Amino acid sequence: MNDIGTSAVQSTWLLNVVNVVAILVFVVGSAAFTTWVERRMLGIWQDRYGPNRVGPFGVLQVLADMIKLLWKEDWVPSFADKFVFVVAPTIAMFVVVAAFAVVPVAPGIGVVDLNVGLLFFLAMTSLGVYAVMFGAYASDNKYALLGGLRAAAQMVSYEVFMGLSLMGVVMLTGTFNLREIVHAQEDGWFFIPQFIGMVIFFIAGIAESHRTPFDLPEAEHELTAGFHTEYSGMKFGMFFIGEYVSVLLTAAMMTVLFFGGWLGPTWGFLAYIPPVFWFLLKAGILVLLMILIRGSLPRPRYDQLMAFGWKAMLPLAMVNLLITAVVVLL
Amino acid sequence: MSIAVEATQEIPGILIELLSAFPDLQEQSCADAMPTVWATKSQIKNVLKKAKNLNYPLLYDITAIDERVRDKRVGQPESEFTVVYQLLSFGRNEFLRIKVALFDASLSIASVSDIYPNANWYERECADMFGIVFEGHPTPYPLMIPSTWKGHPLRKEHPARATEMEPFSLPDEIQDEEQEALRFDPHKWGMTRHGDNTDFMFLNLGPNHPSVHGVFRIALQLDGEEIVDAVPDIGYHHRGAEKMAERQAWHSYMPYTDRIDYLGGVMNNLPYCMAVEKLAGIKVNDRIKTIRIMLCEMFRIQSHFLFLGTFAQDVGQMSPIFYIFKDREFLFNIIETITGGRMHPSWFRIGGVAQDLPSGWDIKIREFLKMMPKNLKHYQSMIMKNRILKQRTVGVGVYNTEEAFEWGVTGGGLRATGFNWDIRKAMPYSGYENMDFEVPTATNGDCYDRAAVRFEEVWQSLRIIEQCLKNMPAGSYKADHPLTTPPRKDRTMMDIETLIHHFVHESWGPAIPAGECCTPIEATKGLNSYYIVSDGGTTSYRTRIRTPSFAHLQQIPSISRGMMVADLIAIIASIDFVMADVDR
Repeated sequence: MNDIGTSAVQSTWLLNVVNVVAILVFVVGSAAFTTWVERRMLGIWQDRYGPNRVGPFGVLQVLADMIKLLWKEDWVPSFADKFVFVVAPTIAMFVVVAAFAVVPVAPGIGVVDLNVGLLFFLAMTSLGVYAVMFGAYASDNKYALLGGLRAAAQMVSYEVFMGLSLMGVVMLTGTFNLREIVHAQEDGWFFIPQFIGMVIFFIAGIAESHRTPFDLPEAEHELTAGFHTEYSGMKFGMFFIGEYVSVLLTAAMMTVLFFGGWLGPTWGFLAYIPPVFWFLLKAGILVLLMILIRGSLPRPRYDQLMAFGWKAMLPLAMVNLLITAVVVLL
Repeated sequence: MSIAVEATQEIPGILIELLSAFPDLQEQSCADAMPTVWATKSQIKNVLKKAKNLNYPLLYDITAIDERVRDKRVGQPESEFTVVYQLLSFGRNEFLRIKVALFDASLSIASVSDIYPNANWYERECADMFGIVFEGHPTPYPLMIPSTWKGHPLRKEHPARATEMEPFSLPDEIQDEEQEALRFDPHKWGMTRHGDNTDFMFLNLGPNHPSVHGVFRIALQLDGEEIVDAVPDIGYHHRGAEKMAERQAWHSYMPYTDRIDYLGGVMNNLPYCMAVEKLAGIKVNDRIKTIRIMLCEMFRIQSHFLFLGTFAQDVGQMSPIFYIFKDREFLFNIIETITGGRMHPSWFRIGGVAQDLPSGWDIKIREFLKMMPKNLKHYQSMIMKNRILKQRTVGVGVYNTEEAFEWGVTGGGLRATGFNWDIRKAMPYSGYENMDFEVPTATNGDCYDRAAVRFEEVWQSLRIIEQCLKNMPAGSYKADHPLTTPPRKDRTMMDIETLIHHFVHESWGPAIPAGECCTPIEATKGLNSYYIVSDGGTTSYRTRIRTPSFAHLQQIPSISRGMMVADLIAIIASIDFVMADVDR
């Protein structure tokens, strides 16, 4: 009895380690892979090829880029605040990867199962603004400063209704636990009752990962590279990968909260496909959607973006909350 | 200011009026029949004021000529340095050239930037290039050349080639000096560090920046992200094209013109060719004219395509430029089959074009004309109907027709203010009088309208190309004139005379009769002209290239004050300039 108990404890522990390492490697790896997917898909949608030289279909382009970034001189500008300058990209990478810990990929796959999973996710993403601000401030560069200012204003305001947009889901399920939220969707995915919430969350998610049309902090045509103007080599790489992890995170959270997570069809042979497949499929489609948005929309002006946030998205999120509350009460 | 089109008077109408006010003005007749008078240094401001009142709202150009080694100046007053003012009247549909004689001993003249604001840059350029002092100039600093430059490049004694100079060296102390000279001093740029309640930030936008379309620098005085003042800095792309013209044979200067507005290709050859032809007395036939128009309109489309693509890209829309480039590539292939070149074919010749059209030249053009309407509509809806793009560009960077005149704005930027004027209609050249096309205008004069006008211009260019295709006249591709260069192949090497003729034209080039000529055209970006002074030699005595982009950049500060940085990017994107066209 005792023997079996010990080995069971040991194997759960081992399983957890495998789980954690596998998810970490998978997340970072697929973030890197997403850069290739993005470039290739944009190429196809824009009537050109995109990277297709390195390896089959150009997949190894990611590897080539990584090698290039690693071999670059690890340069810190002489005028920069060195400690903060180095810490900033670490924060950028850390917070999004940490937020992934609560994402329930499938039954049995996931790092932790927190009762306050949703709050943990919100907390982690809101820390992301520090990375951008520190990076911009420590660079001592005017373009970076403008980018940092924009980023701080944008992220703080978009976080407000990112949180609000999710409260509808919380009201419907009565829990912050992400696994329970997925289970609650067995009768129907939340993107139908929470359509407005989903749209708002999606927009806020794009804004949090500063992608077009919310890429103002790094708006290439205005601020050259915005907050990471002075970064190069692997420190730039961390900002870069952090951004793509954040894209994946937004897609994963959308899947979990509004598209039934790992839940898939239960009829016929489809029922035998492992749940993780459905999760990846849904998240993948959402990532493609975000890439498509990048390919099609221009960038609004900074004040227009703020006005859109506070004057359109916030009231909409409130109304959504109110309606959900009324429906739940009835 | 009246911009109504008045009945055109007799050709010397303006001269009669000017001479009645200033009887001591001296007339000069030029090959281009442009009314030309000589004024004295003391009366220039009054003459220009009078001319402005006589319905000449636009200062087209100010330049100078170093006359010290010029021989054939019959009928012109004594002068060592001549300052040339060129004005344009839309109502009279006429240019006016006013010249002032200056002497090296007292090389100064009153600044006219209080009469025509755009005189500012033109005068600074003259000061850089000739050392002429403009008294009362508000910002008398070098514009095109570095402040440490020794000498004045367009003076005849200034070396034109590296072989005429000492070998280049850069000792440490000179390098330190040069670097110190580049140190940014806001006061020198007319800006202050502190406001009433705020300290300003200075942002150096350029010369290397993704959105400035070349090497262009704007020093910004910022309050947060709001622009308090913007001061453009140019000259980084200066290649001395005007100086080179004084060293190259008439014929071999052709490739340099292609590279002035590097998106305009053969469109640059045209004003140069027409000016030289007028001096030489060459009349080209209808086939040559029609071929030239067709190629020019193709390059207008090329340039507008690039403009529209980058316009969308600069406000953050990533994809349109890739779609547009596909069609641009198709058109480049057509140009390549006709001329053998792509962006810079240098294909026009003095008295014709380089070759006849190849057989089957029309097949690809027909295909292009067939596919374009659908594609163009697609691009138009993709770019111009996008709501975010409208938010970014409607009501941004607005100026009205009067302000456009003040700053010498021509081309699409002028028509976007609702002013219907196109020199192809007003003073037709090279056979445009036979073409049926509209002049598109817009109403608001903002960034959005400037792009919208150019979309419509592409439609009109397609119409013109179609007419060229349908009505291509028969005839020779080179004029039958002794100065046509190079001479037609079937007229060469028949006997010793034709052999010598060919050899001389190919080696020294033709000697173009002495005279002055300027033929403005509607280039891709606005009015473009080559003011050519020949002293009867095998090279030009002075070539002045008036480009539209130069004038347009000078206007940036006046329309960007109080805007955000992002608006400035939209404004720059909507101006349609290339730096090579600015600096020459």
